[in-house]
Amino acid sequence: MVKEKKVELVNKTGLHARPASLFVQKANNFKSDIKVEYDGKEVNAKSILSIMGLGAGCGAQVTIKADGEDAEEAVKELVDLIENEMPKEDQESE
Amino acid sequence: MKGIAASPGIAIGRALKKKEKEIGVQRKEITNVEKELEMLHEAIQTAKEDLKKIEEKTQERMGKKEAEIFAAHGMILEDPELISSLEKKIEEEKINAEAAVQEVFAGYGEMFAAMEDEYMRARAADIDDVGKRLIKILTGEQDEMEDLHEEVIIIARDLTPSDTSQLDVKKVLAFVTKEGSRTSHTAIMARSMGIPAVVGVGGDLLEQVSDEDQVIVDGNEGRVFINPGTDTTAEYEKKLKRHLEEKRRLAAFKDKEARTADGKRVEVAGNAGNLLDIDGVLEEGGEGIGLFRTEFLYMDRKEMPDEDEQFEVYRKAAEKMGERPLVIRTLDIGGDKDLPYLEQPEEMNPFLGYRAIRMCLDQPEVFKPQLRAILRASKYGNVKLMYPMIAFMEELQAANKLLKEAKNELKEEGHEYDNSMEVGIMVEVPAAVIIADELAAEVDFFSIGTNDLVQYTLAVDRINEKIAHLHTHYNPAVMRLIKQTIEAGHRAGIWVGMCGEAAGDELYLPFLLGVGLDEFSMSAVSILGIKEILSLWTVKEASELAEELLTLKTEKEIRTKLKEVQKAQK
Repeated sequence: MVKEKKVELVNKTGLHARPASLFVQKANNFKSDIKVEYDGKEVNAKSILSIMGLGAGCGAQVTIKADGEDAEEAVKELVDLIENEMPKEDQESE
Repeated sequence: MKGIAASPGIAIGRALKKKEKEIGVQRKEITNVEKELEMLHEAIQTAKEDLKKIEEKTQERMGKKEAEIFAAHGMILEDPELISSLEKKIEEEKINAEAAVQEVFAGYGEMFAAMEDEYMRARAADIDDVGKRLIKILTGEQDEMEDLHEEVIIIARDLTPSDTSQLDVKKVLAFVTKEGSRTSHTAIMARSMGIPAVVGVGGDLLEQVSDEDQVIVDGNEGRVFINPGTDTTAEYEKKLKRHLEEKRRLAAFKDKEARTADGKRVEVAGNAGNLLDIDGVLEEGGEGIGLFRTEFLYMDRKEMPDEDEQFEVYRKAAEKMGERPLVIRTLDIGGDKDLPYLEQPEEMNPFLGYRAIRMCLDQPEVFKPQLRAILRASKYGNVKLMYPMIAFMEELQAANKLLKEAKNELKEEGHEYDNSMEVGIMVEVPAAVIIADELAAEVDFFSIGTNDLVQYTLAVDRINEKIAHLHTHYNPAVMRLIKQTIEAGHRAGIWVGMCGEAAGDELYLPFLLGVGLDEFSMSAVSILGIKEILSLWTVKEASELAEELLTLKTEKEIRTKLKEVQKAQK
């Protein structure tokens, strides 16, 4: 099964530092092959160095693609992380 | 040379420069690819295990925030892209593992170093740190700082978290770094280890110093002397000698029980704000922990520490102390400290507001896990529990009710705890002194918190500099309250301690002894001096003096009298 969804990073720091490690940890919970596409680059969502290396900051449009048995679940949860959980971190650190 | 005074103290010693050299890696062609891959994976495994240990040690020594760096390093080693690049490099180019590590990590390091974001650029240093760790494991090479045989003063451009975590702290006399600020990693480490440090010296520090050079570090003034002249050396040697003499004289008291000149036993304990402080108290000859603050568990983080995490820390503390008492104070925090996961309204007067026991009773979901964690730790040592800021009988009753609930829950769940664990309160609000007889009937001990008692009795904000001179425990009203508290405690047959600054005040000590204080708890640095002064006074002398002091009307008269009768320390 292949699933994909485009989502905008709304948290302050984008996919940097702590948010990036939360994202990668979450991605590693799934069996599916997961990729993140941004600015013409596509990288492995389970790789912290690749995700941080994307340099996707606040406002960036990224596409999450998953391929595998839990693809649907994976995309849903990762989008939820970006849209809801990561912005919460911002408030807490202020 | 002048830098930033990052950690106090003076050291004179031999320099050891941290080498800036690249670790020697030779690129070699290999034939046995399988073997090389195996070596790589073993090294990664070893590095991950090392990092886990360092993370735990750092968390214990310095807190969660510092430890997160090593968790992040561990994550890098789990990166599937990184690992497959390393494997590919070895398989396709048929080269040795350490060369593959060096090249692949250099590639990633360059990528991050070129990024726009300053924070991301700084991550290049983390990648470099992880790569070096792997190479060191693969080549078996040792850092010159890892295996120190003699006492040295470390001179470096800067120290990475990995560097400092590996140092044998017993061999390091001081740190001097070219870079860094008071809040840099090196500075924080130095302060928590009690090692003098000067950071941010800048300029040509590294060019000016060679190994074996004589160096003087003055962490009080932020000065560094390299191969100093005879005058300077003599001056600092004198300072250091005076300091060491005092230390030697006081060291005699380290393993001695604290007793008065006529042999009365009193307890001299230390205050601790984390596990590392407990070690400090024990090293200085403390006979207990009279105040274990638990706020550190709650600070600098996004979620509340759960019961198990707290239990682990309290258990470790209890085990460190063994039979010696460990008084754990429940959370004493208010609107002046911002904790994102707690409901804290903004307040006009945080010290008269929603804080400490008031907040805990209002948020049992915060308080109860702490009570449960302390109870569970009680079977691992001599744990006592203390509630802060009690002013109303209702508060004590409500807290004890929750404690009882916690005990019942634990019993039902099959957790063990010490049912006879002592429970006491801090006496730091004048109202508590006035109703001390009633409160004493409900608890096993009192501990007087002088800093707040002074603030609340005299209506003097303890952090307002303009009125700082009014914040004093040499005030007759405060001294009478102390006496009343001790008398009420003794009438009810419970012990009375003190964990405020006054307990470690050498000049004030004869008064406290004279009014019958049973336990003195202070910063680790004061313990030996207080033990010595206690040994110079008899109970009779002290109580006669206390009686006289309580008839005096002003701070000045009280101080003058105390200075008059001060006994010379040998």
